[in-house]
Amino acid sequence: MEPLERYRPLIDDFEAFLDACERPLSSAVRVNTIKADVDRVRAAFDEAGVGYEQADWNERVLTLDTDSPGTTWPSMHGWIHGQEEVSSLPPVVLDPQPGERVWDAAAAPGSKTTQLAALMDDRGLVVANDNNLGRLSALRFNAERLGVTNVAVTNQDARNFSLKPFDGSRASEESGAFDAFDRALVDAPCTCEGTIRKNPDVLDEWSLDHVSSVAGVQKGILTRAIQATKPGGTIVYSTCTFAPEENEAVLDHVLDVEDCRVVEQDVPMDHAPGITEFEGESYDPSVANAARVYPHHNDTGGFFCATLEVGT
Amino acid sequence: MSDDGAGADDAGDAAASGGNDLRQNVGRRFARLPATDAEREVEGRATREEVLDWWETRFGIQPETFEDYTFWEKGAGKIWALAGEVVSPIEVEAIGMKFLRTRQEHWKPTTDAVQRFGRDASTNVIELDAAQARAFAAGEDLEPDWDGDWGYLIAAHEIAGGVEPIGVGLFTHGTLRSMVPKGRQRDL
Repeated sequence: MEPLERYRPLIDDFEAFLDACERPLSSAVRVNTIKADVDRVRAAFDEAGVGYEQADWNERVLTLDTDSPGTTWPSMHGWIHGQEEVSSLPPVVLDPQPGERVWDAAAAPGSKTTQLAALMDDRGLVVANDNNLGRLSALRFNAERLGVTNVAVTNQDARNFSLKPFDGSRASEESGAFDAFDRALVDAPCTCEGTIRKNPDVLDEWSLDHVSSVAGVQKGILTRAIQATKPGGTIVYSTCTFAPEENEAVLDHVLDVEDCRVVEQDVPMDHAPGITEFEGESYDPSVANAARVYPHHNDTGGFFCATLEVGT
Repeated sequence: MSDDGAGADDAGDAAASGGNDLRQNVGRRFARLPATDAEREVEGRATREEVLDWWETRFGIQPETFEDYTFWEKGAGKIWALAGEVVSPIEVEAIGMKFLRTRQEHWKPTTDAVQRFGRDASTNVIELDAAQARAFAAGEDLEPDWDGDWGYLIAAHEIAGGVEPIGVGLFTHGTLRSMVPKGRQRDL
């Protein structure tokens, strides 16, 4: 818990925050609407005598009264996917539409990729990218189990992502060719402080050096996402960490180097605004439009989520 | 036993001889299936027409089900279904869902394809009772009453007000072998 002390000045009810961080999380699943609707999944759990509670902000998120959702029929059928409640926030905020082309820059193991696909009614194209081939095989397994058919999987360094496989460099007239995305999700690799309720050891290896090096990668990926998205397009930047260096400072950086702005967003969970000052650093005032979801707000893990619009 | 799990993907690469000749089946890239025989340039490659016919003949799934889909081959005989289209050929790790194995006498659908599209099937669907369904999901072989065709069947069961496909079974000599890949098997 020690590293979290540095956030005391940022958080209104710091004791409630610490208490929440110490409580384990219950097991949440997301209903996969590509294969089943919410009512049918509820009916299947009723038949099986498995209790559940629906999240008040998202009817597709259920907290189950079992520790092994994987051994239920809805799981076997790919009707549900184990995914922490707060982790299903960024795709909802991105709000991708059927038929659009969406980039998931750091996609593995695919919880959000498959959620994006479901929000698009499995139409259009989600390009799910990750630099880790091993984790990509988990993504492919999850996508196929969940019946996703509108995904293309790539194995690139997101910071230098090339659209060439999609003929982006030539932008040819060939049908299906494209050279920019309508939307992008940058759910960035991070120090994962917000997952402490799931992984109590996550802070054991914490260091400011690690924060700085991860922040460099985050800036690179978000910069590339802005470049690869159409003018006027939308990008959601999210992490599961509290460190301002990995959150507001990353936004502040891309505001300097790319034509974009941090816009207001509709966040259907309790949250605090982005912060504009930390340890002597100050950030662009617009980063206050970002959302900091703390564990004590909704009894979930912690998350950071911001929406950017690419300049026209 | 099952060839539709991850990892078996690139087994067909040996069949490819490299180069960029579009008339060859190259293992590392996906190439779109030709619409019909007349447009076929790669020997042995299934056509879109054949794929649609196969689903309709084998399972009664109407071609309209796949209207918005494009079909792709990567490796020897593995067919993928993508909702929508991308340029062809394309070198990526995966597109859409692996859904059919061709270039063999009896074409074989994947578990994931049967779960995704099998609800629309009207023939060669074997409905299992609760105990059989659990055994099938765990990868066990069954000896069900079945007077229908031999070969690949869709195994399904009743759940939450409807019949839902579980996976692919191979029926021969009175035995239904569960083709559910290891990674998808469950103890329910």
